[in-house]
Amino acid sequence: MKSVLRRIAPQLLTLAAVIVLVSIYFPNFWQIVYVNDRLVGIPIDVIKRGAPVALLAIGMTLVIATRGIDLSVGAVMAICGASAAWSIDQGFGLWAALGIAIFAGLVCGLWNGLLVAVFNIQPIVATLILMVAGRGIAQLITGGTILTFDNDAFSYLGSGTLLGVPVPAVIWVLTGIGVGLLVRRTALGLLVESIGVNLRASTLTGINSRVLLIAVYMGSGFCAALAGIIATADIRGADANNAGLWLELDAILAVVIGGNSLLGGRFSILASVLGAMIIQTINTGILLAGFPSEFNLVIKAVLVIIILVLQSPRVLPQLAYLWPGRRNTTTPAKTAAPNSGTETKT
Amino acid sequence: MSIRALPLYATIAIFLLAYLICYIQFPAMLSTRVIGNLLTDNAYLGIVAVGMTIVIVSGGIDLSVGSVIAFAGVFIAVVLRDTGLHPLVAFAMLLTITTAFGAAMGGMIYLLAMPPFIVTLAGMFLARGASYMLSIDSVPIADPFYQMMQRAYFVMPGRGRLTLLGLIMIAAVIIGMIVLHRTRFGTNVYALGGGEATAKLMGVAVGQTTVAVYAFSGFMAGLSGIVFSIYTSAGYPLATVGVELSAIAAVVIGGTLLTGGSGYMFGTLIGVLTMGLIQTYIVFDGSLSSWWTKIVIGGLLLMFILLQKGLLKLRIHQ
Repeated sequence: MKSVLRRIAPQLLTLAAVIVLVSIYFPNFWQIVYVNDRLVGIPIDVIKRGAPVALLAIGMTLVIATRGIDLSVGAVMAICGASAAWSIDQGFGLWAALGIAIFAGLVCGLWNGLLVAVFNIQPIVATLILMVAGRGIAQLITGGTILTFDNDAFSYLGSGTLLGVPVPAVIWVLTGIGVGLLVRRTALGLLVESIGVNLRASTLTGINSRVLLIAVYMGSGFCAALAGIIATADIRGADANNAGLWLELDAILAVVIGGNSLLGGRFSILASVLGAMIIQTINTGILLAGFPSEFNLVIKAVLVIIILVLQSPRVLPQLAYLWPGRRNTTTPAKTAAPNSGTETKT
Repeated sequence: MSIRALPLYATIAIFLLAYLICYIQFPAMLSTRVIGNLLTDNAYLGIVAVGMTIVIVSGGIDLSVGSVIAFAGVFIAVVLRDTGLHPLVAFAMLLTITTAFGAAMGGMIYLLAMPPFIVTLAGMFLARGASYMLSIDSVPIADPFYQMMQRAYFVMPGRGRLTLLGLIMIAAVIIGMIVLHRTRFGTNVYALGGGEATAKLMGVAVGQTTVAVYAFSGFMAGLSGIVFSIYTSAGYPLATVGVELSAIAAVVIGGTLLTGGSGYMFGTLIGVLTMGLIQTYIVFDGSLSSWWTKIVIGGLLLMFILLQKGLLKLRIHQ
């Protein structure tokens, strides 16, 4: 427990700092009320709006832990959303639509996994193919239009609430817990990390790295399918061009902010999900703070650069040198410390 | 020739074959008009792909170029609207900015030892955000000099137009070929793409080369932005979203290995023209929907990657 806390401390502190920053501009941040059987408030909104990126980040964490990357998740979201909308349009009903969408996600993941694990194609190239072609496939399914539908049971997944909590939030939290338990309560997580550290050595020790790699990419496809279902259900329509557009970049960013190395190896799903929440808090915060929306991307870029500098392998030892006696802990924790200081002041 | 050049030959063969298929169906495809338009319409993509080729050969990637093109258009439009500067002065200012921007990204990649993917992703946000800050609307450019450049063309036999934009692209490709294949810097780029540690041991100034590679890509993205603004006569901050992907795809179709260390500049030109050809074919056909472009490009990508894999195996067996 303590080790987990220490692992996610930098992310928690960054999140706290961002929240404090937003609260300065928007003091009512923590106001949560219960209206019409649902909780309403900015934190709830952040958790709900962050659902697609959080889901993608869960799958992406495992892929990145194997020293891979999955650029196709945004396009897979569009494909799955389009298949779900198409099945409902055909009158197949809720469960068939969900099944078809998730099946589509798994097939996309299988495709990526085969290219990476069997054909030994570099992951960034292998998933680039589906990233480029995926939106074309999604448009093929929707016939080039925005496929709208009317199905209350399906849109419940995007805009409904369960015990006052938005359903998308419930979905990503449950998925996160499920995947987290699956990889940490079994040896799977360790095997994934070992593949990321040294694929050849892991294969030689008897790990079936080929199957495991394919499974990891299929997991990412599954998460993208869930994100695509939520995005489609939320707007009650499948937009092949814009569903999940550039979300792969946000998801990778979330994983990097979560302190996971792009070179594979040790990973933390919890930290990645916190990274997704940091990104969403920044997005929501910029809107709430009343900045003109054109500043949105610049502020995001500046924050990303700051986080990158703090996590850089070359800056780390330098800062550790300035902080004698605490050379074992990670740098972001220390540099975020002044921010937590402002938290106690306000 | 070496087996290394085989992907290049394959690219050229596939391009010629595709052109032949198009020609059999639509004989008009071979007219100089279509060829002239092919060059003009893909000029901005070709120029940016030249910079991307050098980045990819060096083993990196530059995701920021699409945003830089949009920034270039908005910057020029706003400068021409608000000041009385001559467009050429605005061009010089812009190229200085984008080159410095690229150099800064290269510097960060080297100094922070961060993956190029993430650093140029931040650059992508920054450049796109900067263009929003300059203007959120499309800014028209109504400069007489601009109209002159737009109308500048040679008439080829068959009344096809070889425009200034097309010529700039061809010039950019030739410069790229000289830089990559005929200079010490180019050799350093190949060495860097082959492996940073080996390059360092061979005496390549890794830091300098990395900065120069991204500065070159920034310069080419700026030039591409100028061409795009001449092409559209406007600066629009939402323009050219996803062009970085098209450029990467063109480079890969052109036979350059995404792992770095291997590839030819000429292949990139063919890659760009192949992508342009697919679009022209869809326009000629009229019944195919535009999304087929994406699917066909994805298929071509897959084919070339598998081909390169096969060749690599062949080389190892030899």
